[in-house]
Amino acid sequence: MSRFDWLSELIARCEEEHILFHGGSARELAPAHVLHIDIEDWGKFAVMAAEQQTRWCAVWAVQQDEETLLMNACFEKQGDYLVIRAPLDIHSPVLPSQAPVFPAANRPERHSQDMFGVMFGNHPDSRRWIRHQAWDEEIFPLRKDIRMAHSDQVAPADTYYPFFQAQGSGVYEIPVGPVHAGIIEPGHFRFQAVGETILNLEERLGYVHKGIEKIAEGRDAEGLAKLAGRISGDTTVAHTWCACMAMERAANVAVPRRGIYLRALLAERERVANHLGDIGAICNDVGFAFANSQFSRLREIWQRTQSVIFKHRLLMDTIVPGGVKVDLSSQQCETLSQQHAVIKTELNELMAILNDHASLEDRLVSAGHLSHELATKLGVVGYLAKASGVDYDLRRDHAYAPYDRMNIDSPCYQQGDVATRLQVRADEIIHSLILMDTLLQQLPDGDIANTWKPPVAICEGLGMVEAWRGEIISYVQFDATGKISRFYARDPSWLNWPALEQLIDGNIVPDFPVCNKSVNGSYSGHDL
Amino acid sequence: MLRLFNKIRKTGMVTETIAVDSDLQALGIEVKSVINKRFAGSFAIRAVDSGSCNACELEIHALNNAFYDIERFGVHFVASPRHADALLVTGPVSQHMAQAVLDVWEATPEPKWLLAMGDCAVDGGEFAGSYAVMGGIAKILKPDVIIPGCPPTPEVILKAILGLLHNT
Ligand code: SF4
Repeated sequence: MSRFDWLSELIARCEEEHILFHGGSARELAPAHVLHIDIEDWGKFAVMAAEQQTRWCAVWAVQQDEETLLMNACFEKQGDYLVIRAPLDIHSPVLPSQAPVFPAANRPERHSQDMFGVMFGNHPDSRRWIRHQAWDEEIFPLRKDIRMAHSDQVAPADTYYPFFQAQGSGVYEIPVGPVHAGIIEPGHFRFQAVGETILNLEERLGYVHKGIEKIAEGRDAEGLAKLAGRISGDTTVAHTWCACMAMERAANVAVPRRGIYLRALLAERERVANHLGDIGAICNDVGFAFANSQFSRLREIWQRTQSVIFKHRLLMDTIVPGGVKVDLSSQQCETLSQQHAVIKTELNELMAILNDHASLEDRLVSAGHLSHELATKLGVVGYLAKASGVDYDLRRDHAYAPYDRMNIDSPCYQQGDVATRLQVRADEIIHSLILMDTLLQQLPDGDIANTWKPPVAICEGLGMVEAWRGEIISYVQFDATGKISRFYARDPSWLNWPALEQLIDGNIVPDFPVCNKSVNGSYSGHDL
Repeated sequence: MLRLFNKIRKTGMVTETIAVDSDLQALGIEVKSVINKRFAGSFAIRAVDSGSCNACELEIHALNNAFYDIERFGVHFVASPRHADALLVTGPVSQHMAQAVLDVWEATPEPKWLLAMGDCAVDGGEFAGSYAVMGGIAKILKPDVIIPGCPPTPEVILKAILGLLHNT
């Protein structure tokens, strides 16, 4: 199949519907294809894109000058990315919403609404999202003329957020959070339940909003890489890689082949670490302490090796613009391969024990079911998608280096329950271990990084990476002095959080923790 | 089932004497005696994420794995601040969490201690200066112990907790 062979059909359909194109480009945000349209056609285009069964990925604004915001929306089909762009007058910033056809656009559009003061007409839910009470409704932090001073004043809690209400005899409400009982990130869950059965769950996020997009502005490339590594600490490698990829594409800086291989090795290590920890934690949430203790032991061994070889237990700041910071000796390569073999043996042993336990099966099978239909409709990614029959993995379907030269095996199942999501993660560990062996065997000689050359003219770039949770998309724009003038990172959690609200319906309240853990959305990655 | 027991037998005991320096082991023993005397054998910590990136939380989790097994010193993590002797705060205190953190502190019974964990909690770390964060727990409450690092390793956290107990 040739690349983008669906695009001409989409364009033809749009033209039939009188959508005007003001040029297109394969270079502007390569490898994505860009189409320029009128802002009036923003909603109509989404209808056509849905008709062609593309997946909605992201929306972000870039302020071009005092008068104009450039709106961007990103779609994917068969591993090819399309970005549509349209200028929007900042003084009457109203455009049609894409959320009526793409539910995934709902919260990201509300994010743009809160941060840029963009108004989406016919949006199904225009309540505030990332904004709580720390700044005024009329203030839009990401507009260029807004200074957003730091304040030592404690902002009031967002007590009056208009939650969905349910009434009826026997219906009661359980508010949970922002401070949760476990050692996890803060967010709020509002349940309506009858007896033990959950009727409705509503998520309220934004509690850990740190202003990342704003404080990215004015940084140099190295500074942005550091910040990106802290968007979501469990995904530090993939976020840094994605931001660096966008910066390198913008500034036209190549990464030496050895550096690229090492980046992939780091990303696979991050995948394995998180999957190991989460398999244990999922079992722990149904009271199977043995698995938690075993898997957290493996995770610890894994992290200790990282601390010795890569100088950081979680691999923070190992990727830098232009390459990576840590090289491997041949002896270290040997140590790593040996560890792959050990983990593989232990994992197989443990999975056999897990599969042996009828009581575990009883809790995990059929819990938190997400149908294929819903997974497609919501546009979820990563293990959540793969467990519900959506067979997408960027490493294979949008193959970027070094994966483009490798055989990528990606699991896909149909059952869509907690047990299946756990199985996907176990499979992914095995695949990653094999991949890492290949990476080490084929590790090219040479430099691990090229010197970063700050761009001297305005430029922009887009990065796409398959993180352990699924697809990350990062957009970067440099000003003419080589400093960041816009940064947007779409964590996979944006697409996966809404699925939790759906897959929990009809489950019992005590199963919420395990269902939640099986999705494991990032709060920090989402709240930015 | 047999396979499970076999695995346990084969794994053996991995819990370590934190012997990277022997001081720590000595400190552990001493602290255990402080906890026994002053906290009836158990010191309860409530972890509060005030807007962290979640890496600090991962390392708190590690404290409970079989290698560090912090509970053997009588230190354990509790679900409610009302059951806690100390709060372990991570993150730069986002504006959206600041009030909640104050409420949690308020709900913690006296006598109580506050530990600021990670560069973010110490001074805002990578997020210092942002409109959306207070820039460290000290902006709203006075920490008794600060634990720098991004994130601090489990060993460093363990030492800091034990050190706090030692000094109270
Ligand atoms: S100190 Fe570092 S690891 Fe901890 S929350 Fe802050 S950025 Fe994350």
